[in-house]
This record gives sequence, C-alpha cells and structure tokens, in this order.
Amino acid sequence: MADVSQMGRRDLQSAATSHRGDRVFTRTVAGAAFTSLAVLAGIALFLGFQAIPAFQSQGLSFITTTGWDINTNPPTVGIFGMLYGSVLLAFVGLVIAVPASILLAIFMVFISPPRLSKILTNLIDLMAAIPSVILGLWAFYILNPTAEEWQVLLNKYLGWIPIFENTSGNFLGTPFIAGFVLAIMMIPIITAVTREVLSRTPPDLINASEALGCSLWTMLRYVALPYGRGGVVGGIMLGLGRALGETIAVFFVLKLVYETNWDKIIESGGGSVATLIVSRFGEVSGPSELQLLLAAGFFLFIMTLVVNVIANLIVSRTGRLQK
Amino acid sequence: MSTTEFEGVMELDIEGIEQSALHQVSPTEMETRDLSVWFGRRKVLEGVNISFPKQTVTALIGPSGCGKSTFIRTLNRLHELIPGAALAGSVLYEGKDIYDADVDPVHIRLKVGMVFQKPNPFPSMTIRGNVLSGLKLSGMKRDNHDDIVEQTLTAAGLWAEVKDRLGSAAGDLSGGQQQRLVIARALAVQPHVLLMDEPCSALDPASTLKIEETIRELSKEITIIIVTHNMQQAVRVSDYTAFFLAEEGTPGHVVEQGATTEIFGNPQQQRTLDYVNGRFG
Repeated sequence: MADVSQMGRRDLQSAATSHRGDRVFTRTVAGAAFTSLAVLAGIALFLGFQAIPAFQSQGLSFITTTGWDINTNPPTVGIFGMLYGSVLLAFVGLVIAVPASILLAIFMVFISPPRLSKILTNLIDLMAAIPSVILGLWAFYILNPTAEEWQVLLNKYLGWIPIFENTSGNFLGTPFIAGFVLAIMMIPIITAVTREVLSRTPPDLINASEALGCSLWTMLRYVALPYGRGGVVGGIMLGLGRALGETIAVFFVLKLVYETNWDKIIESGGGSVATLIVSRFGEVSGPSELQLLLAAGFFLFIMTLVVNVIANLIVSRTGRLQK
Repeated sequence: MSTTEFEGVMELDIEGIEQSALHQVSPTEMETRDLSVWFGRRKVLEGVNISFPKQTVTALIGPSGCGKSTFIRTLNRLHELIPGAALAGSVLYEGKDIYDADVDPVHIRLKVGMVFQKPNPFPSMTIRGNVLSGLKLSGMKRDNHDDIVEQTLTAAGLWAEVKDRLGSAAGDLSGGQQQRLVIARALAVQPHVLLMDEPCSALDPASTLKIEETIRELSKEITIIIVTHNMQQAVRVSDYTAFFLAEEGTPGHVVEQGATTEIFGNPQQQRTLDYVNGRFG
C-alpha cells in the first residue's frame, strides 16, 4: 500500500535553492549566521581551555568558595561570592528598572501626546548611548553622596527588614548603589523594547476592549500587557544580560570585597565577576592568576548562558491561554 | 392537518402584525440631534438627526467615506478616543445626552455594545474567557457565569458549535464563528443597544446568513444599529434605514431616512433611488 501511494512522487526543491541567485544568497546568509555561532563557540572554547588548569588546581572549590589569595601555593581562590554578587546586583537593578521602564513605556504609548513621546523616545535612545565609563564617573561623583542619604533613610525606617540592615555605618560602595547604576543602564533597553511591543497591540483588540467598557488600566492588564508579555520579558532579559556583564560602571561604585554579601544591599562591600576581573587584571601577579581570571570569565559566560536559557523558557511559556 | 397548518400561518401573521404594531408605538431608545463631527479641522458629519426606536433594527447605508462608521462610533463614545475628535449637537440615550459632563463613558459603552467589521476576539483567551471578558474588563458583577456563557452563545447562534470546546482558543474558530463569538461577548454585559459596523463584510455567505438570523432574533430584546454596504442585507434585517452621503468635499449627512420598505420601495429622493439601485457608490 505504502509503495503504491508513493508512486510518481518527486521531492521538490524549495524556491530558495532552485534559482541560482537565491542559491548564492542563501549560502551567504547561512555563512553569516554560522560565523556568529563560530565566534561564540570560539570564545567558549578559549575560555574553557584556559579554565582547565585553574580548575585542576582549585577543584570545585573555585566556584563554591569565596576568596582571592594568590600568595599561597597553590593560590586559594574561589569566585562564588562574585558569581552570586553579579546576580544580586543585577537583581537590585531589575527591581528598580523593570517597573520604571514598563510605566515609562505605557506612558509613551498610551498616554502622552505623540509629540512628547517622540521626544522621549529620542532621549531614551540617547540614554542607551552613554558610555558606561561616563555613567560610572557620574555615579562615583554625583550619585554616591545622594544615594548615601537615601540608604540612611532606608536603614532608619526599614532597617528591621534584613536586606536594609547596616551595622558598619558605611553606606558607600554598596550593592544598592551599583544596582542603581545598572538600573540606569537597563532602563533604556527595557523601555525601548516594551514601547515597541506595546505599540504593536492590535488596534482591533484595543477597540474591542474599549467597546466593552474597559478602563485604561484594565485594557493594559488584560489586553496590552498579556499580548506583549513575551516581548517585555525578552526586553528585560536583554537588560539583564547587560547588567550581568557590566564591568566598569560597577567597578567605580562598588567596594570589592572577597566575601559573599548575601543580602545586605545597603552595607558597604560586594562583588561581581566582571569587577573582579577588571580590578585584578591590571596588577596580575603571573600567568597562573591570569588563568584564574579567565576561568572566572568562563563561569560568568556559563552563568549568563543559563540565565538566557531560563529567560527563553519563561518567554515560551507565556503563550498559555487565559481562562 | 390542514387546520394546523392554517393555524400556523395565522399565528405567524398575528406575530407579524403585533411586531410592526409594536414598532410603531415603541419609544425611542437613542437619538441624535443636529449632530456634527470633526476629525481635527475636517468636518466629516453635519446635522444628523436620527432616532432609533426600542427593539428595532436600523440600517445605515451609503457609499464608503460618508461618515457611517464615524457616526456609529459617536453613539458609544468611541469616537472621542481618536486624537483631535470633536462634535457638536447631542446624542440622547434614554433621553439624556451621553456627552454630558457627568456621564461616565464606560457606563455608556456597557449599555451600548459594539461589534466591529473584523472579528476581534481576544486571541489569548479561551472561547469561554472571551464571552466573559466584558464582565472582567469592566469589573461588572454577574452571577452564574456558566448560564451567561450558554445564554449569550445561544443568542449569538454559536452554542451548538462550541459547547464541547469552551476551553479552546478563540483564535481556532472560523471567521464567522469568531464574529458570533464577539456578538456573544457584547451581549454578556447586557447592553440595551448593539452597534454593528459592517459585521458581515469579512464573512462568507453562510456565516452572513447566520449573523443575520442572529440580528433578527436579538432585535426582539435590544435595539440594533447596523452599518452595511450590502443592500439586500439592509432589506433583510432592518426595520428602518438611513441613507448617508458625502458629496464632493462636503461633510456626510443623511439624505433620506424612514422605514426600510419605503427607502427601498419608494424613495423620495432621486439620489436614494440611484444608490439603492446600485447606480453609484
């Protein structure tokens, strides 16, 4: 039976390969796509190979302990506190940046006059173009003294919540300030993506909800935000990617300590992998320490990858139906 | 046998008489008085006076661009959501101007529902979720959601087709089914008036007939105002017809209005005659 039904069958080529010009174009595009994959794989391999000797000398304790003592033999180093610190700073940044960005995008798409939202769009794009070293300098000189006062107030009124404890009395170089700088860097990215997604809410659906007696708030909650959820989460992940790897702006404001600051976000001292690398790189004591730093970079790379995979899972789960 | 048939005919006739008698005495549900409408500086409608008697179907006909859709959107205050929108005159619902400062537009939109040209169910919601979405979005409280779903889908002529898959995505339905779904959605908030802006223009003939049956059925309970480009449809479904026209750069206005039988059978204006006979537009 199966043979009979296959009779006369010809497998047809797709248009992309049956036309000569398209064939050339297809290969060029595929080549370009492959190049970016190859670069990614190359970086991963380079970092991975560099990390092997470090991992051999340190074992698992390299990512489970915290410390950086080069003078012992072998050196006793561990980057757990730095890996954790990268996540903590990014998390603080997200807590500030996400609501600010979404509200800003909602204002630009649904509330502000078109002229104003055009101006805002340009300003926010400009904000994304500020080099992080400039932001770092600004944060060091301008944000630091101001944020110090905010943190004193946070500690005074909300100090009973563990994350707002401060026993040292030193409010400079805290994860909060570093997270705040990261938030400023994330806001333009998350806002731009969210604005784009929200502005594509189908007018049909907006019409439908308005005709059903919807207020702006309910329209946003049940129509526009669910419609754009995947995109908004994607924007947040783009911002998060930037925050996890951000180096120089954090380096300016965070007091790097080789300990794990679990949750004291307004206590001086914290860590991040990128900051560790940049602060040690200039005074690196020898090839073995350089390898340790590259190994740290490898794990930052892995962690960013894991965060991205989780983000993709979140995005792909957002297509579910509302009852 | 023949007696029964005869009785059946009699009954139908009596019903027909009763219905037309009802129309003659039925009070006005909505009316516009000297209504003019602008988009920015462009005047698109001028001096429209139409009244819509309770539980009747009024068809708005006229060539494209004559302001029918704009007119219908002033009746539930959707027009004002367009930047630069303005209007003069009044729209009375149950005798009160819906544009008075103390009227909540959300309240008006719940009483005056709307069905659009293109079916627009919420794609991220289930069939059941769509029917109930008006309640959720407007914060209206009604009990017995299962009954509401069944009643409104039955009224919209869709119940039999979807009763076994209320939990599946609204986007999986055909265009005609989606349009009946959004009619059910509009009915769930218990409107008194239903505006329909070319509800069948994107549908196949079979779905169109179904929607028309639904309209006839619904008009026993609520007032329906329908924009249509389909002359036969206007004749089939409506009790009254208003003919809109925007001539050469002038704002749209009503050329003639009255009972549908009159407008199509014995129009008083030459332009109406030409239009309903397909000589322009």
